[in-house]
Amino acid sequence: MPRPLAELPLNTPATIVAVGGDRAFRRRLLEMGLLPGTTVSITNVAPLGDPLELTVRHSRLSIRRSDARAVTVQ
Amino acid sequence: MPVPSPSSEPAAAAPLVALLGNPNTGKTTLFNRLTGQQARVGNYPGVTVERTTGRLALSDTLTAELLDVPGAYSLAARSPEEQITLRTLLGWDSPAPDLVVVVANATQLSRSLYLAVQLLELRFRCIVALNMIDELAEPPNTDALSAWLGAPVIPISAQQKTNLDGLTQVIRFALQGPPPPAPEVPYPVALSEDVDAVVAAMPPAWAEVPLRSRALALWALSSIGEEDELADIPPPLRAAVLAAHARGRDIDLEIISARYTFIDDHLPTQDAAADRPLADRIDRVLLHPVWGFGVFVAIMLVMFQSLFAWADPFIGLIESLVGLTGELAAGVLPPGILADLITEGIIGGVGNVIVFLPQILLLFLFIGLMEDAGYMARVAYLMDRIMRALGLQGQAFVPMLSGFACAVPAVMATRTMPSRRDRLLTMMVVPLMTCSARLPVYTLLIAALYPPSEAWGNVPVQGLMMIGLYLFSIGVSLFAAWAMSKTVLRGPAVPFLMELPPFRVPLPGNVARMMWQRARLFLSEAGGVILVCTVLLWGLLSFPQQTPLPDDAPPAAVSAWEAEQLSSSYAGQFGHAIEPVIAPLGFDWKIGVGLVGSFAAREVFVSTMGLVYGIGGEVDEESPSLRDAMRAETRSDGKPVYTPLVGMSLMIFFALACQCMSTLAVVKRETGGYAWPAFLFVYMTALAWLCSFVVYQGGRLLGLG
Repeated sequence: MPRPLAELPLNTPATIVAVGGDRAFRRRLLEMGLLPGTTVSITNVAPLGDPLELTVRHSRLSIRRSDARAVTVQ
Repeated sequence: MPVPSPSSEPAAAAPLVALLGNPNTGKTTLFNRLTGQQARVGNYPGVTVERTTGRLALSDTLTAELLDVPGAYSLAARSPEEQITLRTLLGWDSPAPDLVVVVANATQLSRSLYLAVQLLELRFRCIVALNMIDELAEPPNTDALSAWLGAPVIPISAQQKTNLDGLTQVIRFALQGPPPPAPEVPYPVALSEDVDAVVAAMPPAWAEVPLRSRALALWALSSIGEEDELADIPPPLRAAVLAAHARGRDIDLEIISARYTFIDDHLPTQDAAADRPLADRIDRVLLHPVWGFGVFVAIMLVMFQSLFAWADPFIGLIESLVGLTGELAAGVLPPGILADLITEGIIGGVGNVIVFLPQILLLFLFIGLMEDAGYMARVAYLMDRIMRALGLQGQAFVPMLSGFACAVPAVMATRTMPSRRDRLLTMMVVPLMTCSARLPVYTLLIAALYPPSEAWGNVPVQGLMMIGLYLFSIGVSLFAAWAMSKTVLRGPAVPFLMELPPFRVPLPGNVARMMWQRARLFLSEAGGVILVCTVLLWGLLSFPQQTPLPDDAPPAAVSAWEAEQLSSSYAGQFGHAIEPVIAPLGFDWKIGVGLVGSFAAREVFVSTMGLVYGIGGEVDEESPSLRDAMRAETRSDGKPVYTPLVGMSLMIFFALACQCMSTLAVVKRETGGYAWPAFLFVYMTALAWLCSFVVYQGGRLLGLG
C-alpha cells in the first residue's frame, strides 16, 4: 500500500514509488539516489522528533518530516 | 555568455588539475595530502565561494596547480554559487583545468559515479580517485570499473596515505592523454529531441566544443526552470528549455534515472563497507536519543567555555604585549603627536586585530575537529528542529552559540552553512547576541546604579538583571531572524537534505590547516579595515590638539586636561552634535562621546567614560572612582544624569546597537561588499534607538525617571 515516507515505521525497508515536491528539492533527492525502485528505510529520529535519518544506497541522509511527505513508498 | 578571459599567467603556466567530488568523500584531506602545507585561499569572481589552490609536485621538474573545487553532488545548479562548479570546469571565469580528478567515496560508489558520469559526458579529461578503500571489506576491482567507465580508476586512501604516489603518476600520464570516450547512458528517444531543440538555441560560446554541446543541453534541461537564480542564461536558451518542460514529460527524472541505470547496471555488486566496530559503537552513542543529546550538550558547553573563559588568558597576554610594545615605542620616540599616533593609533590598532586571534583559533579548533569527525552534521541534525523556528537550518546553531562569546569568529563560522540566504540571515542576527565585550559595560552600569538588593527572598537583583539582559538579546534576535526571513531575506526555502557521514577520527593536519587558514584570512582581509578604523577613531579623539601641559603638572590637572582634550576633539564635538538625537533616550553629550569611543570595541566605553569624567583612562568596570563619578554627575538643573532608568536605557542601547567596527569588517569580508554591513549597522542602531526610546520615555510616563 503506497504511503508517504514520513509515515514509514522505524527500521522498515520500503521501495520508493514516486518522488514529488518542489522541483529543485525533488531534483536533489533524485540526484542523491532516491529514485523510484530504490530501497529506503528510516533508521533514526532526532531527539526532538524531527528531522528523520534515512538510509539509502549505503549512505545516511537527514531530511525533515514535512519534506519526506513528498516521497511515496510501499 | 562570457568568453574565456585571457589568462594573466605566463604562457607556460603549470598545468591546472581540479579536484572535484561529493561532500564527505575526503576531498579536502586528499588536497592537503597532495599539496603539503601551502595553499592559497581566495574567492571565485562574483560570489563568496572560496577558491583554494595549492601546488602538486608531479616529478622533480614538473609542478601542477591543484584546485579544490567546492563539494557537489551534481553539476546541475539553481544558484550562481552552484553554477561555479560548471563555470570553473569550462574555464569561463578563469583558465580551464587541464585535468579533473573525481574523488569518489568507495563505500558510496553509485552516488560518486553519478558526478563522474556527468564529467565524462562533458568530455573532460578526467580520472577517478577511488578514496576510502581502507573502509571496504575487500579490495574493489578497479580494472573492471575502468573498463566500463572508460576513465582510469585509482584506488587510494587519503586518510591512510595509501597509493598517493600512484595517483600522482596517473595524473601525470593523464595530463598528456586524450579525454576518455563518452559514456553510453541510455537516455529515452524522446529526450534526444528535446536535446536537439536546446542545442539549436545555444549561444555560440556554449557550442564551441561540438562534442560537449549535447551534455551542456542536458545541464540546461536539468538546471533552468521557472524559479532558478542562474546568471548569464541567454533568453532563447531559457525559452527552449521551458518549452521542452512544457511538453509534459518528466525530464528531470528521465535524465537522472538514465544515469543511475547506467551506473547500477555496471556496478558488479553493491558496495559493502567493512565492519568498523569502534566507529559504529561511537556512532550509536552519538545518535542515541538520550546519550547523544547529553554528549552534544557537553561538547557545546566545552566549546562555549573555551571561547568565553579559556581564551581570556591569551587575550590578556596579547593586551599586555601590545601595551608593553606601546610603552617601548613611547620610550624611544620624542613625545608628541607622532608618538601618540604610533603608540595609540597604529600599535593599538594592531592590538585590536590580533586580540581576536585566540577566539578565532579556538572556535575553528572545535569546528575543525567536529567537521573532520563528521560531527558537525550531527549538530545540525540535533538542532534543526529548534533552528527551524527561526527560519534557519540546524547548521546555524554553532555560529549562533559562538555569538555569545564574540560576533567576529561567529560570523566567520557561518562559512560552514550551505545556503547563502541562511548564511546572511545568521550573520545579520549573530551580532545581537550578548557578546563578552558587552559584559564590562553591563557590570559597570549595574554596579553603579542598582545597589545590591535581593528579590523573592535571597535572589540577588544584580544577577537577575544580567540574566534578563541575556534573555532580552535572545528574544530580540529570535524576533529579528523571524522578521528578516519574512522580509529582506525572504526566498525559496532551501530544503534540508544533509548527509550524515560515518564517524571518523579527525586528522590533526586538517584541523591545524583550517585554523591557520581562518586566522590568516581574518588578518589579511578584516585586519586592514580594523586597523584603519582604529587610526581614524584615534584621530577623531585626538584632534584638534590642546596646548600641552607642562611636564610637572599635578595628576589632577592632567586628568582635567584629558577630559578637556576629549570633549573638544572631533569625537567630542560629534558627541555634542548628536545630543539632540540621544537626549530622548536619556543620554547627555558625555555619554554620546562614550558611544563614539565604544565603536572601536564596546568595552572601550568604560575607559572613555573615565577620560570624560576626568579620572583618567586607566579605570575598569570594577573601579569605585568611576562609579562614584557617574553617581555624582548632574545635569544643568542639578538632577543626577544616571538614574536607574537611564542605566536601563543605556544597557538596552548597548544590547542592540552595532557598536563594533570589527564585526562590520568581518561581515564585509564574508559577504564580499559594503551593502550588508551597512544594512546591519543601520538596522541594529535604529532598533537600539527605538527600544531605548520606548524604555526611557515609557519609564518617565510611569514616573520612574
